[in-house]
Amino acid sequence: MEYSLFRALTQLGDDSLILGQRLCEWCGHGPTIEVDLGLSNLALDLIGQATMLLDYAGELEGGGRDADALAFHRNAEQFANCLLAEQPNGDFARTVVRHLLFATYASALYEALTASPDARLAEIAAKAVKELRYHADFAADWAERLGDGTEESRARMAEALDWHWRFVNDLFHDDRDWAACAARGLVPLRQSLRYGFERDVSAILERAGLALPRKVWPIVGGRSGQHSEHLSVLLATMQVLPRAHPEAVW
Amino acid sequence: MYDWPLWEVFIRARGGLDHRHAGSVHAPDAHMALRHARDTYTRRLEGVSIWVVRSSDIVASDPAQDYSMFEPAASKIYRHPTFYVLPEAVDHM
Amino acid sequence: MYTTELGKVSPLQDGAQEDPERLAAFETRVAADEFVEPKDWMPQAYRRTLVRQISQHAHSEIVGMLPEGNWLTRAPSLQRKAILLAKIQDEGGHGLYLYCAAETLGTSREEMIDALHSGRAKYSTIFNYPTLNWADIGAIGWLVDGAAIMNQVPLQRTSYGPYARAMVRICKEESFHQRQGYDLLLALAKGTAAQKAMSQDALNRWWWPALMMFGPPDEDSPNSAQSIRWRIKRETNDQLRQKFVDATVPQAELLGLTIPDPDLNWNEQRGHYDFGAIEWDEFYAVVRGEGPTAKERITARRDAWANGAWVREAAAAFEAKRAARVAA
Ligand SMILES: [Fe+2]
Ligand SMILES: [Fe+2]
Ligand SMILES: [Fe+2]
Repeated sequence: MEYSLFRALTQLGDDSLILGQRLCEWCGHGPTIEVDLGLSNLALDLIGQATMLLDYAGELEGGGRDADALAFHRNAEQFANCLLAEQPNGDFARTVVRHLLFATYASALYEALTASPDARLAEIAAKAVKELRYHADFAADWAERLGDGTEESRARMAEALDWHWRFVNDLFHDDRDWAACAARGLVPLRQSLRYGFERDVSAILERAGLALPRKVWPIVGGRSGQHSEHLSVLLATMQVLPRAHPEAVW
Repeated sequence: MYDWPLWEVFIRARGGLDHRHAGSVHAPDAHMALRHARDTYTRRLEGVSIWVVRSSDIVASDPAQDYSMFEPAASKIYRHPTFYVLPEAVDHM
Repeated sequence: MYTTELGKVSPLQDGAQEDPERLAAFETRVAADEFVEPKDWMPQAYRRTLVRQISQHAHSEIVGMLPEGNWLTRAPSLQRKAILLAKIQDEGGHGLYLYCAAETLGTSREEMIDALHSGRAKYSTIFNYPTLNWADIGAIGWLVDGAAIMNQVPLQRTSYGPYARAMVRICKEESFHQRQGYDLLLALAKGTAAQKAMSQDALNRWWWPALMMFGPPDEDSPNSAQSIRWRIKRETNDQLRQKFVDATVPQAELLGLTIPDPDLNWNEQRGHYDFGAIEWDEFYAVVRGEGPTAKERITARRDAWANGAWVREAAAAFEAKRAARVAA
């Protein structure tokens, strides 16, 4: 079995799944109806990506698991998403910053993945990259408006940036499986995207009157199943029905 | 509590068609109005192009003046092709 | 549209103050199924009845996102999650279309939302019931959206143009809502004993509230005649309710579910189902906000709006700065 590619695909799929699940929590509670609808569109994109990626991962694994089996019947330590994706929504500023960091990273990553020699992955990436570019723009627009809006919104954005910046190292972490796939040319090294990411994010922040935090936090772990406290709680909610009725089809 | 101004949304369903009024959205500025229009009115591939305009910028005719605005056109029936009765042989003209 | 019988203005009284000639001309136009557009002259009572009805409908769509949203994070498959999210998002869109339609009558969305949050405006009582198990999501789509569609289809020809156009768009989107709900229940019907029990439990709880969505019986609905004459309403509450029962009973049979009404019987002579008496006391209690989750629902909406205030203000401040820079 293509174990390292299986792991790499779950990393990608879990990022989309967990962030999509987080955005579902906004549904019905957005700052205006229009923004509510916008956040739902982001979540729908992410759930769609997760389904394609995890289905493919399950097929590669060859054990009969599909996206649902992977989403609903793994424990927290088997999830390979980045720490950023699982962080609680917080206020709208935290959601915007989380999305700005994630989508800026992911749109560059999927851009590169469209050229993957793995045809199936390249095909999924071709669809996802269009969605994620929109996500990055959406988040950048909001970052600009909140950063350069009122005193209150600026303070909230600064706080949110400081809050989430800890997880950027983890976002770019190339664990052993990812590095193995990169060595075979299937995926780019995440580290290779980091310079462009910091350049793009700092340009957006500058327009918003905010600055890129200097401090580099050494935190990593999401890719190898070492998560924050939040993930298992998220999973307890998300997985409750399939876990309670393991034999049921929905 | 404060809400954003209203914008009218016009959507071109596909190439070759006019933009048609779809509805409206609230948005803080033109750029976000486009975004909101996309998220609100094109969830089912309803469009390939969107226009937005501040609702307060629309100048509308006054229905109380209908008779002077539109009725004069009613008497100019010679503008319509059916006004002309032609011999059958050339009537496809 | 949901229940429209709440917080009535009394249109007949107002009518007396209108210019009788204009009023007569208006009534003639409407009787001829002509559309009324925002800038046209209209009786005050017509305007107010519409603002009330459309805004209540909008509030219902928005508050209605909450009971289904309650299961969004627990949807048991990725596809069900995506379907449910798309469905709830549609409801948000419907609320938005309807607020915009009501705004053409000269009432701002802020005012309408304020009226909802302060308790002056009502929304459909159906959304004050809790969603207790996953099958409730199916039951809502099947019964609540089903009843709503039955109410809404005739409103595509309602006399007020912006309202009618909003309803055309809404009805087009609603068609998937009822089907996804029924599809969800079909899966449960083919499933385990526990899944079947969920469905029956959901039907037991949603059946009567769904029937109440059509509003009080015609004899207790004094303004119906006026609304029908004005083409704000196109069929009576009891007509629609009967239509709904007739359509739904065979659908329940196909799911292997029992409708919780011992008096439900096919009446050969009438060519309709007879059904048991509705407990209107419960209905009015729920209208008064005494439903089991009324407080949660309105609090969630108030919180969302209040927590979003700084976002709305920030974006407006950003635009004001930009405009000032351009002007300078
Ligand atoms: Fe609805
Ligand atoms: Fe709806
Ligand atoms: Fe619906």
